[in-house]
Amino acid sequence: MIIADKKPIEEIIEAIKDYKKILILGCNECVTVCEAGGKKEVEILASALRMYFLNQSKDVKIDEKTLERQCDHEYLEEIRNTVENYDSILSLACGVGVQFTAEKYHSTPVFPGVNTCFLGATEERGVWVERCQACGKCILASTGGICPVSRCAKRILNGPCGGSSKGKCEINKDLACAWQLIIDRLKALGKLDEYEKITPIKDWSTDRAGGPRKVIREDVKQ
Amino acid sequence: MRLEYPSNIKIIRIPCTGKLDIIHILRAFEKGADGVYAVGCLEGSCQFNNGNIRSRKRIEQAKKLLDTIGVGGERVAMYNLSSGEGTHFASYAKEMNEKIQKIGPNPIKLAKKRMAA
Ligand code: SF4
Repeated sequence: MIIADKKPIEEIIEAIKDYKKILILGCNECVTVCEAGGKKEVEILASALRMYFLNQSKDVKIDEKTLERQCDHEYLEEIRNTVENYDSILSLACGVGVQFTAEKYHSTPVFPGVNTCFLGATEERGVWVERCQACGKCILASTGGICPVSRCAKRILNGPCGGSSKGKCEINKDLACAWQLIIDRLKALGKLDEYEKITPIKDWSTDRAGGPRKVIREDVKQ
Repeated sequence: MRLEYPSNIKIIRIPCTGKLDIIHILRAFEKGADGVYAVGCLEGSCQFNNGNIRSRKRIEQAKKLLDTIGVGGERVAMYNLSSGEGTHFASYAKEMNEKIQKIGPNPIKLAKKRMAA
């Protein structure tokens, strides 16, 4: 899922302080799971902002709504008839949701309420870790299911580098060396011969090097 | 025991302090409460293992948030006691009451009055 983290409330206040009718828009998907922008976070932020503005003797209307998703037209359409009641939207969705909302409702300024961080998994509640960089050409089949693109600091494809020590990466002694993990896993799978193969230079054109990306599926496209 | 505690304290019963969420604390302040405190079991003796630890964390988060928005984090607190410690219950209630009396009324309550006038 997409992992996001809450923005400091001070930063949010600074962005929206001049608006009078604000809709706080949550998202029921990834940001709900990583506890940054779901219904609960919307409620807390809305309550805190209402109190902040009241305390400043400012009459600001703050409403709450959480959509199933903000990255799909059909769900974003749900606010079509009410959006005109607001002079701004504070979206707690990931950067995708914020942009999709802004694209759909041209004349309403949309502000982000979270920092979108990475594609990751929940290691334990409150700890989210990066696992994928969406490079567009998955190599997990040959690396024992461990991704050096997202988990190796240098993104090297024939590792480890000289900085790998006692299974840890040189950038941080608490960080596992991705290549050590790959070797251990390939060994456990009895596939160390995979490790012996030299991986050729990766085609980064499917990554961000090729500019903004698009997936077009003629088989499902209407 | 027939112990007395300040009559201005409203008790809201929840199954475990782990049920307490930040929003419950914030809503209490939005509605005009001058202070909010949770009374949970002693740490290490939660029937649900870590309900009171969760509660403490949420109290801490609410404190920070209330400080940021100018309501004052010192208006919230967490106390722990065992179910047999009625005397502690009463003394914590008095302690909290005195603290809040000293801090004064919830600024949100005052702001609401100001805005209505
Ligand atoms: S130590 Fe391992 S994870 Fe760190 S940069 Fe080198 S190969 Fe990558």
